[in-house]
Amino acid sequence: MNRFAELLDRLVLTPSRNGKLTLLTDYFRSVEDPDRGLALAAITGDLTIASVKPAMLRALVEERMDPVLFSYSYDYVGDLAETVSLVWPEPDTSPAPDRRPTLADVVSALQSASRSDGPRVLARLLDNAGTSERFAIIKLVTGGLRIGVSARLAKQALAQFGKVDVAEIEELWHGLEPPYTALFAWLEGKAPKPEKAAKGLFRPVMLAHAIEDSDLEKLDPADYAVEWKWDGIRVQAVAEGGVIRLYSRTGDDIAGAFPDLAEAIDFEAVLDGELLVGTPSATGTFSDLQQRLNRKTVSPKLRERYPAFMRCYDILQHGEEDLRALPFAERRARLEAFIREPDPARFDLSPFVSFRDWAELERTRAAPPHPIIEGVMLKRWDSPYLAGRPKGPWFKWKRDPHTIDAVLMYAQRGHGKRSSFYSDYTFGVWTGPEGEEELVPVGKAYFGFTDEELRQIDKYVRDNTTERFGPVRSVRADRKNGLVLEVAFEGLARSTRHKSGVAMRFPRISRLRWDKPAAEADRLETLQALLD
Amino acid sequence: MRASDLLCSRPEGLYCPPGDFFIDPGRPVARALVTHGHSDHARSGHSSVLATRETLDIMALRYGEDFAGSTQAARFGETILIGGVSVTFHPAGHVLGSAQIAVEHGGLRIVASGDYKRIPDATSEPFEVVACDVFITEATFGLPVFRHPPAQHQIGRLLKSVAQFPERAHLVGAYALGKAQRVMRLLRDAGYDRPLYIHGALATISDYYQSRGIDLGRLEPATVEGGSKGDFAGAIVVCPPSAFQDRWARRFPDPLSCFASGWMSIRQRAKQGGVELPLIISDHSDWDELTATIRDTGAREVWVTHGREEALVRWCELQGIAARPLNLVGYEDEGE
Repeated sequence: MNRFAELLDRLVLTPSRNGKLTLLTDYFRSVEDPDRGLALAAITGDLTIASVKPAMLRALVEERMDPVLFSYSYDYVGDLAETVSLVWPEPDTSPAPDRRPTLADVVSALQSASRSDGPRVLARLLDNAGTSERFAIIKLVTGGLRIGVSARLAKQALAQFGKVDVAEIEELWHGLEPPYTALFAWLEGKAPKPEKAAKGLFRPVMLAHAIEDSDLEKLDPADYAVEWKWDGIRVQAVAEGGVIRLYSRTGDDIAGAFPDLAEAIDFEAVLDGELLVGTPSATGTFSDLQQRLNRKTVSPKLRERYPAFMRCYDILQHGEEDLRALPFAERRARLEAFIREPDPARFDLSPFVSFRDWAELERTRAAPPHPIIEGVMLKRWDSPYLAGRPKGPWFKWKRDPHTIDAVLMYAQRGHGKRSSFYSDYTFGVWTGPEGEEELVPVGKAYFGFTDEELRQIDKYVRDNTTERFGPVRSVRADRKNGLVLEVAFEGLARSTRHKSGVAMRFPRISRLRWDKPAAEADRLETLQALLD
Repeated sequence: MRASDLLCSRPEGLYCPPGDFFIDPGRPVARALVTHGHSDHARSGHSSVLATRETLDIMALRYGEDFAGSTQAARFGETILIGGVSVTFHPAGHVLGSAQIAVEHGGLRIVASGDYKRIPDATSEPFEVVACDVFITEATFGLPVFRHPPAQHQIGRLLKSVAQFPERAHLVGAYALGKAQRVMRLLRDAGYDRPLYIHGALATISDYYQSRGIDLGRLEPATVEGGSKGDFAGAIVVCPPSAFQDRWARRFPDPLSCFASGWMSIRQRAKQGGVELPLIISDHSDWDELTATIRDTGAREVWVTHGREEALVRWCELQGIAARPLNLVGYEDEGE
């Protein structure tokens, strides 16, 4: 357990990708089964442990120490898991560090605990652990390690550890289970590669590079097919030997959230495309799509109102035949033939965009025919379907973001490494008749600025605070005083929850306009015009 | 005699009216008693200073020989009478030469402990418990969240990282007086015998420690004259924490920032400082040391100063010990 705890402690503070990979591969090398596999599962989110509510954790610690001292501690540290791990009184019976439970002991104790004796089991584990281990245990039971390591990076580390291609791991992944003993044996050269016994495995997806200005002049328009870039969810529909899966681009099965689409699969194939809501002829907006996101179950009403469908742009397998090595032009022809089979209300074809040269395409890109289009995709006619993000065959060319000049109204203290900085900003634009203008909040942003700019805004906030509400400060903002922020955003939706009636998508601070007088910031009408 | 007649808080610092002296005053005074050489406790410009030999030496190294009008060296355990008040210095275990000062008059003894720690430190005389009526304690780490692990364990983490990342230079931020030398000595005790590279700001004090018989092994200046960046691959470089942000740090290959400090037990502190490898090594007492020391002194009253007073005052109340915060201005958690 101590090695896992130490790994978490290091990962969370190691910013560089290579540094994280080194830490992970060293861990896989030095730790034995099953602990390393359980650690891997914890990182990739494949470890199932009944969760513990923060209130229960707090109750456990307050049984053991003065609640006033605990509250001083919690106020100081700011994070419950960390506070509890630090203040937990170690009983005299606590074992020596080398006699402490392994990760496997901890996981098995937690997994076999019943609901009623869960707190007692957790308390015993915490009694038998040191500070770092306690933090790791609490992270395991409260869900979400939040250590800045994606499942993809963990798989990358496995690939590096075993000197294999990451695509090989991603392809196997869904047929494997914690603690992945066979996988590690293969990666260490002690056993053959695990058989792809399971049906319906994930095919690592092909991703595109963002196009840069200098790229276009080097590219021949005749070499590329162009499609719209749909702003939905990348999805891979897999139907193989009766197994049906809907994978996200990272290989998570999301069929449970989209049963309507999964149930419509009546073929044997693997398709790549974009999950959207509405119908192929009346595609919904991104805010419609949001109604279906992050839900564990879907009500019949929601299914009816926001039906999911898949706009297909590639076919990776048809029946038994793996098509990934074929050039895009051929796969496209196969897809066009295939797409006539399934329910047209659930599966349609991503159309091509016609263009003669890049200049014309740029004009088309700037004025897409539907709000859910966020640019165009360029795909080389001769490109095979390759896992990962190879440079050259596929490019994405996004629409430029919208920008608006808004005035900083409120600032909230951040979390994590920003916990001493006012880093979350609510900004507003002007509304009301001339002479009686007032600011109305239109959004909130907490990134887009550099660390240096963060320090500057933080100072500005502290120097111009008018009121405080807990972690929030309201900032002086009137016609004469105020900090103007240039905010970039991807789109705008109507909102009944906001006073302004609009909600921004993906807002971020693109520039600080120290030079611009607050009175010259934009008006709400400018945003409203974007809605139509 | 009431305790507050023997020692009280004045704008200049902690004052003893019957002896007419100050302890660790923040402004120049006629007579100052100084617990240790950290700059928030030891300032220059007093007419006379009474402190341990090491503290006087350190002040002279930092401020120049003329840092005070006159000086007097106090020996541990030796009682000196000042205006009828008995004053005795006892080791505080904080840094080389650091002392607690026991002040006794009319049957009342108050111990001003300055900064102190209880865990073993090869670079400092070990803390001595002094029984007293009133104990003045620091509270830098006066919250139950602060429980410092064994320093050797932290050095083990550093050495493991050096082995894991041989292409990088490990920059260990440590305060120039005390912490830096302790880290060096801990590395030696862990068997690390390669040269340690040090920032120029650490040279004088480190040389002084060595001259007092504290072996820090081979120390080399962290300069690149005639060399290249690659020379520092795999090296351990000790520097003041502020040097991370300086251009100075750019001479090292992909520096991995480490910080030796008691604050490093809080993850957010490490993150905010951009520290990749926090080393929880403190020259101050943690919560368990603070509470154990209060018990050990048998004090019936505790005055709590610089740090998180409220939690320690609360703890004392729960134990039935009278306690109050002593508001002294000007103390920082220098280097911690």
